[in-house]
Amino acid sequence: MNDSQPSPNSSNEVDEHRRNFIGASAALAGLTVAPGVVVYGLAHAKPDNEPVTNKVRWGMLVDATKCADGCTDCVTACHTENAIQTGALETDPHWIRKVELKDMRTGRSQSLPVMCQHCEDAPCVDVCPTGASFKRADGIVLVDRHICIGCRYCVMACPYKARSFIHETLTDQNPDVPRGKGCVESCTMCVHRVDRGQQPACVEACSKAGHNAIIFGDLNDPTSDIAQRVAGHPTSQLRADLALNPGVRYEGL
Amino acid sequence: MMLRLSNRMWKWAAGILAVLLLSVGAYAATSTADKVVRTAKPEIVIDRSKSGDKCVEETSFMRKNHMKLLTHQRDETMHKGIRTEKHSLQNCINCHASTKNNSVLGSNENFCQGCHTYAAVSLDCWECHASKPKQAKPATAPAVAASVSAPAIKVGADIK
Repeated sequence: MNDSQPSPNSSNEVDEHRRNFIGASAALAGLTVAPGVVVYGLAHAKPDNEPVTNKVRWGMLVDATKCADGCTDCVTACHTENAIQTGALETDPHWIRKVELKDMRTGRSQSLPVMCQHCEDAPCVDVCPTGASFKRADGIVLVDRHICIGCRYCVMACPYKARSFIHETLTDQNPDVPRGKGCVESCTMCVHRVDRGQQPACVEACSKAGHNAIIFGDLNDPTSDIAQRVAGHPTSQLRADLALNPGVRYEGL
Repeated sequence: MMLRLSNRMWKWAAGILAVLLLSVGAYAATSTADKVVRTAKPEIVIDRSKSGDKCVEETSFMRKNHMKLLTHQRDETMHKGIRTEKHSLQNCINCHASTKNNSVLGSNENFCQGCHTYAAVSLDCWECHASKPKQAKPATAPAVAASVSAPAIKVGADIK
């Protein structure tokens, strides 16, 4: 595992990944960014053969004061990463959406992304008749499509309108993100990326755009950026009255 | 009355017998002329330069048990986040995708579709899973590199 750390390739052995990577000339622009990402990934990734544990609780903190009005980079990044095709139909899936809040008295408006809040006591998990809707040990709420029967009870139960049902046959899925007709789906917190030690696509896109409005990390790790921010700043939960303890927190609402 | 009835019955019996004899004769004629036709076994070509010499398990074991391995891995990955490459569906596709259309589906020459058509077993995997390998082996997946490194070297040697 540690052998794969980027190191000067002095021997004659040809590393396939290097070869492929260099071969993809279109990706050359990303070369300077990629090593940094890789190193970061290695530092935080769990070994592939180990199950996730509840020592970690993945979460996100959305700073609504930094979220730019009209910017939809997080939504676009989510669609690209998860191969979500949207044709502006009412039935289109939306894993993350930008919501505009306006105070009618003062006229102050705010823009913020809302996605699956990855609740500790998730109503979708509660109501699922087959056990398809479940929470991973590390707090990420997912739908197991192998078990989902498409009853949409979870869609009704979710107070955040975070879940979508897929009505049409899908093609060209991301190999890492299997999706198909007849199942309910929602934000996975880019679980395939998180398991590799990367950040969710929306978080990456937001920081790339220079807003840094979404941060991602382990809420259980007191040294993590997110845990310190949550401990040191006033943050709020959407529909805190429901006492669901969501993994997604908001600041500056 | 009785006579007329039995007369008609005789006629019917003779007719049925004639038809039976004829059909048996016809069957015997055709079966001797050409042998019993079976569905042809699929002809599947695996690109050895891509896959290396052997599968992750013995071929005979895989023929019988690949579905068990995949189902096991599926639950491990989905619920526990275990993403080892060896028995993963993606690993199958990476080696077994056809060189013609870069997929395990498409025609009966393609790896998954070919055998499953022959065996008349429906393939539900592809309603959600991609049937093509990942575009480029990402530099963003370092964890995978270690487990593939052995065949990768071989591939490199072949190219040289």
